Amino acid sequence: MSQDEQPTGGPGQTDPAGHADSAGRTATAKEPILSVKDLSVRFWVGDEWFTAAEGLTYDLHPGEVLAIVGESGSGKSQSSMSLMGLLPRNGRASGSARLGHRELVGLAEERMQRVRGNEISVIFQEPMTALNPVYTVGFQIVETLRVHTVMGPKQAKQEALRLMRLVEIPDPEDRFNAFPHQLSGGQRQRIMIAQALACQPKLLIADEPTTALDVTVQAEILKLMRELREKVDAGIILITHDMGVVADMADRILVMKQGRVVEEGTAQQIFSAPQHPYTRQLLDAVPHLGSRAGEPGATAFGSSGQDVELEYVDDLAAIPLESNDTYEHPGGRIETDHTALRLAGATIEYPAIGRRKAFRAAHSIDLAIAPGEVVGLVGESGSGKTTIGRAAVGLIPVVEGSLTVGGIEVAGKKNKDLRELRKTVGFVFQDPGSSLNPRLPIGESIGEPLALHEKLKGPELSRRVEQMLESVQLPTSMRNRYPHELSGGQRQRIGIARALTLKPSLLIADEPTSALDVSVQAKVLTLFRDLQEQYGFACLFISHDLAVVEMVASRIAVMRHGHLLEIGPSSDLVAQPRHPYTQHLLAAVPVPDPVEQRRRREARDALLEATEGGLAS
Amino acid sequence: MSTTHDTPPASPFGSGPDDADAPTAIESKEDAGLSQGAIVRRKFFRHTGAMVSMIVLGLVALLAFTAQGVGPIPGWWIHNHVSSGPVVNPGGAPTWTLANPFSLGEHPFGQDDIGRDNFARVMKGTQISLMVMVIIGATALVIGTTIGALAGYYRGWLDGLLMRITDGFIIVPTIVVGAILGKLIGGPSFSFFGLPLSSYLAPMLGLVLGGILWTGLARLVRGEFMALREREFVDSARVSGAGDFRIMFTHILPNSVGVIIVNTTLLMSQAIVLETALSFLGFGIRPPQISLGQLINEYQSAFSTRPWLFWWAGLFIIIIALCVNFIGDGLRDAFDPRMKAIPSQRKMDRADRRRAAAGGTTVTAATTASAAEPPDGGSAPSDGDDTRKGEL
Repeated sequence: MSQDEQPTGGPGQTDPAGHADSAGRTATAKEPILSVKDLSVRFWVGDEWFTAAEGLTYDLHPGEVLAIVGESGSGKSQSSMSLMGLLPRNGRASGSARLGHRELVGLAEERMQRVRGNEISVIFQEPMTALNPVYTVGFQIVETLRVHTVMGPKQAKQEALRLMRLVEIPDPEDRFNAFPHQLSGGQRQRIMIAQALACQPKLLIADEPTTALDVTVQAEILKLMRELREKVDAGIILITHDMGVVADMADRILVMKQGRVVEEGTAQQIFSAPQHPYTRQLLDAVPHLGSRAGEPGATAFGSSGQDVELEYVDDLAAIPLESNDTYEHPGGRIETDHTALRLAGATIEYPAIGRRKAFRAAHSIDLAIAPGEVVGLVGESGSGKTTIGRAAVGLIPVVEGSLTVGGIEVAGKKNKDLRELRKTVGFVFQDPGSSLNPRLPIGESIGEPLALHEKLKGPELSRRVEQMLESVQLPTSMRNRYPHELSGGQRQRIGIARALTLKPSLLIADEPTSALDVSVQAKVLTLFRDLQEQYGFACLFISHDLAVVEMVASRIAVMRHGHLLEIGPSSDLVAQPRHPYTQHLLAAVPVPDPVEQRRRREARDALLEATEGGLAS
Repeated sequence: MSTTHDTPPASPFGSGPDDADAPTAIESKEDAGLSQGAIVRRKFFRHTGAMVSMIVLGLVALLAFTAQGVGPIPGWWIHNHVSSGPVVNPGGAPTWTLANPFSLGEHPFGQDDIGRDNFARVMKGTQISLMVMVIIGATALVIGTTIGALAGYYRGWLDGLLMRITDGFIIVPTIVVGAILGKLIGGPSFSFFGLPLSSYLAPMLGLVLGGILWTGLARLVRGEFMALREREFVDSARVSGAGDFRIMFTHILPNSVGVIIVNTTLLMSQAIVLETALSFLGFGIRPPQISLGQLINEYQSAFSTRPWLFWWAGLFIIIIALCVNFIGDGLRDAFDPRMKAIPSQRKMDRADRRRAAAGGTTVTAATTASAAEPPDGGSAPSDGDDTRKGEL
């Protein structure tokens, strides 16, 4: 916060050295805890050095949040990991990075071990994989404490509990003995943060700390990190590709592209007047809520145009937060017999395996999609939205009610009987990396449905495959490549091409962009919209990101714990959510604008308080 | 449960380029679009141990089969493994000599007490041992993969049944089976296709041992299938309309081929030692049939008087077992995508020098400037155009 208003670079300065100089002056009150100068990271690939990051120069002051923004592969993670000597064995760092008075680059391994955890600590992206599953979370915090400081077991436990309270874990005494899998994603991330804070580090590196989390959980973790920044006097490096998160947290921002810093400045400068075209591209790529501007009442819920207070109170009176009933906006239902997909009181269960009982993932859902229509399905993880998508292609059985695809009943059918159905439904999976067979060239993957259903062979099949590659804007020469040779965006294009080969009348898109970077996501979404217009398929678009869904869908349905809570036309639902849960979801979406984000944040806190008050009364 | 997934496969060094439209150096470097098979092959060919072993094993097989011939086709060696001749050296010692000029003599590996040529016997034994090894490997491969694939893919009662059958096979003692087999068909009373049944002993032994040794492979393949069937590409194939067998054999099997090949080769090296052990105990191959283990068994009483009768047979057992092990090791490394050869310091330094010579940015050694020195403008990066500071 302290550096927010201070100019970090004079106008016209194009030389980073000059910048370092001025930063040095402004920080006379406080020494920078970390000063990085001309840091480069190289990797040995094949037979030569590949430069992952080059010429990084920045200072970090206590209590400051520096965000390093860029797509994956821009070198943002690797350059920060090199500070801790955590590069893979074929990597090498050069240049200089001084933490206090200690040079980090080239520091001997034994001395680096003392720095790690003690003076620098890291919050990783995926708390489930970063925590050891066979130890209790309390043990893991205690371990960190006792490795780095002289502390008795009892004292360490007290300290661990204090840390757990600091990161606002409910019932810390209880949770102390819990294993990572017993905690929710958000709580796991809190434990990670507690562990990172254990030795009062001077520098905290947060590597995509919220990317793996739901929007609402993300908002809570960001809130926690903001509060912590004031409580602990550490410098934070925030590595992310999400401009919304940056707007929420950062004081200063470095934008990286292909290993180089292309723009640097305070959050205010970057967001209000981005200079470099790449920065602008990144900002434009973030899906905005209320992007369907032009339609009447198109301002998003909670954005500046509305009388916030009134809306909340009004709505709370209408529906309690815990309600599982479906609220229908006017125009939320389609009135037609001819549907691409219809669920009527459909209940879906994961079948019992061994001793594990069957799990009911969706409770009597009513939903219909007209031919050619795109309907968005939104909810947090575990809400059952993916379940509905999978049930529609017969991967999970429907136990009650009916589910019809283009008039064909799916409920109660066996895998064998569903072959006809599979011609008419395409499915785009969430993670293109795991949904493409790694040992099959992508041309074969795309051609498989054609070979199976239309018995195409040889040049005819080849022609169709090339046609599909062209329609997803990939060169036809790629057909002999293997999935691991493609980037994430390219792989998802292949996933879409494969789903569309049979020209299905219904497409189920299960979080097709959540594994992608923001800028790649924007490209894939544009492609998706073009294809939808071209092929005219109906689509169930599943996502946890309301802003993305709003971009592509004409109607949106909101789910929680297997219940459908609210359904309505996109602009209507986004502007005037009725169910308090939908309001929470909307309020949690970060927007790439620091001022607006601060306002939304306050509005969100007010909303949460109001809801709690509403429940209590 | 809807959003937790395996992290996408890491690209070569942790954070791969992910931009669809701006391929970076690495992507264009791998533009050639090598197939999985080509990548594995290239990595395998770079594994020195495995390549040397391949060549040595090939030479051994070539030597063994050409020297003694196969079936009716005669080999180039003057003696055969059954006929005896006059003992040339005292006690039948090897006739090769380093005295000028180097010569092999008539019996380079020596002779036994009744004048049979040891080279011919070792070559014939190597033939039979290699054949048994290959048959064991192939049998175990087919049975193990099929049982493991069915059990792992269908799970449920079929899995239970197949795994109990596997348990049954695990407890079968191989020595007893070898002994019974030898007893049953070792006798000269039957004939089959004009040859006495005993001459089929080697392939039969291979089949039977393979029929016992598949259990480990079946368990591994089952585990592999169980893990792979939960992967999304299987769902994806099912949505495309693929049936069970197509999923099993075109989608899952190629993904577990690494485990299968590696374990089969390791099983084969184990098999040659097992065959040797059985024959040594007198349970496997018996005279007049011949194998490396049987040779050692036959000559065990001559250990102190005619040691060369052991040396050569033992040497060939060691060579074959080691070669197969190294090949298996090389295959394991080649199939493991995470195995990255770490370049030697010398190689990296050379690349640095090349780079420096080419006029690129030199890799400066980690500067350990004194910490008290204030940050100054001493290090301007080369990319002045691209790097801009917040100009506001």
